[in-house]
Amino acid sequence: MLNASALSRLFARIFNHAGPAVASVSALVLGWEAYVQLSGISPTALPAPSRVLAQGFENREALAGHTLATLQATLFGFASSLSAAFMFSTLIDFFRPLRRALFPVFIITQTLPLVAIAPLIVLWFGFGLTPKIVLVALVTFFPMLVALAQGYESTDRDLSELLASMGASRWRIFIMARLPSARPYFFAGLCISITYAVVGAIFAEYAGAARGLGIYILNAKNNFRPDLVLAAVFVSSTLTLLLFGATVLIQRASMPWLRLSEPTR
Amino acid sequence: MSRPRLELHRLRKSFGAVDVLTDISLTVLPGEFVSILGPSGAGKSTILQMLIGATDPDMGTMLLNGAPLVPKRDRFAFMPQRDALMPWRRIIDNTTLGLEVAGLSREAARAEVAPLFAEFGLAGFEQHYPAQLSGGMRQRAALLRTVVQQRPMLLLDEPFGALDALTRTQMQRWLAKMWSRHHWTVLLITHDVREAVLLSDRIHVLSSRPAHVVHQFRVPRDHPRQGVGSPALAAIEAEILQTLLHPEN
Repeated sequence: MLNASALSRLFARIFNHAGPAVASVSALVLGWEAYVQLSGISPTALPAPSRVLAQGFENREALAGHTLATLQATLFGFASSLSAAFMFSTLIDFFRPLRRALFPVFIITQTLPLVAIAPLIVLWFGFGLTPKIVLVALVTFFPMLVALAQGYESTDRDLSELLASMGASRWRIFIMARLPSARPYFFAGLCISITYAVVGAIFAEYAGAARGLGIYILNAKNNFRPDLVLAAVFVSSTLTLLLFGATVLIQRASMPWLRLSEPTR
Repeated sequence: MSRPRLELHRLRKSFGAVDVLTDISLTVLPGEFVSILGPSGAGKSTILQMLIGATDPDMGTMLLNGAPLVPKRDRFAFMPQRDALMPWRRIIDNTTLGLEVAGLSREAARAEVAPLFAEFGLAGFEQHYPAQLSGGMRQRAALLRTVVQQRPMLLLDEPFGALDALTRTQMQRWLAKMWSRHHWTVLLITHDVREAVLLSDRIHVLSSRPAHVVHQFRVPRDHPRQGVGSPALAAIEAEILQTLLHPEN
């Protein structure tokens, strides 16, 4: 039975952990609300948080539909970029010269300004899901590739030598040692690129789409509805934070040994 | 006298312009514990690297049971300097590594290794991760992983170098006890004179780079090794130290 004192200790821990963040965010929102109320600024210039919340709630069905479209683009795009990153990082790990051939190309893709490239991708692939997937993949592929390539390199040399002395093939060593060694790097890369992924999807939608938070934001802006723009921004931030949180949870669950401390001898 | 398990004859190795080994000859008899003792950076580990096929000698011959050694076919049970346990595998699954690579299923390998945990002082820690074990226990797990492979010879590369002094002494005595029970054929690389004297039947002392065998010592094995208080062993230890510090005389 979870008794009351254990429960209150749990809450105390959560509060200690999250308290400062909650306080600073609340202060920001309250200050914003107070400024809007006291200055009498027009809601078409700066809507109060209370108004953003109310209007967001009123348009919840539309918002939910568009969010779903963005989430879909994010996850599909991310899945493609992950598969590609796995494939290329493995290829590069087995055929080193490929690294010098491919890395410059990958780095160039990272230098392309999204503002310029997003409309072009929409032009080439239409208004459907494909251009979003392409853009999300473009944004997240390189960080994942670098994370994996570095992760393989981090393999303990003694471990590879040991496996070789046991008669393991190069592929076996990759599966048994290099791939698991890359796990912490993989998750570090995942945490970063999952946040890029949502932004990438919204950017693609902004450049032209039938559905999605990006096009919702564009339409709200054109209709002089900054309250709805901010409501959509709030939703997209929440979405990113949830994906980030899910990544951290998976990371913790998949590497239980990292939370184990020194001996209980 | 029985045929040597391992014979190395006039091995020579250089990396680029650096001569690492100039003239390495030694033999290991079946059931014999032989050490290679030398200063740090002398290229001791390179000898093991050649035996496991990680690098090839420039010159010289290597014979296993009298036949030329084929590095990718003739396999030794190799224990690297640090324990090289996989942090993501539980202890039981770390110790089965060699058997799994050899083609056993995980279940069969576990069944083979499990009965040995008590003898290696690891009973009850099968399901722990390496991070939960002390340095000494990790080394014992690494040695268990090494010996279960049932190879003709153990190659130990400074197995206790990373341990604190007290744990190292405990582990050396434990290994001496284990050896007297199992009589594995062992080639040990070390820079610890006391360790070599405590464990070995014969000790080859290497010069600093480029390394060659300066002297060979035989340690009489007519008494249980306890490591302390034996004047005979202390005398050999002093003599080896003298050889290491003044190799020219």
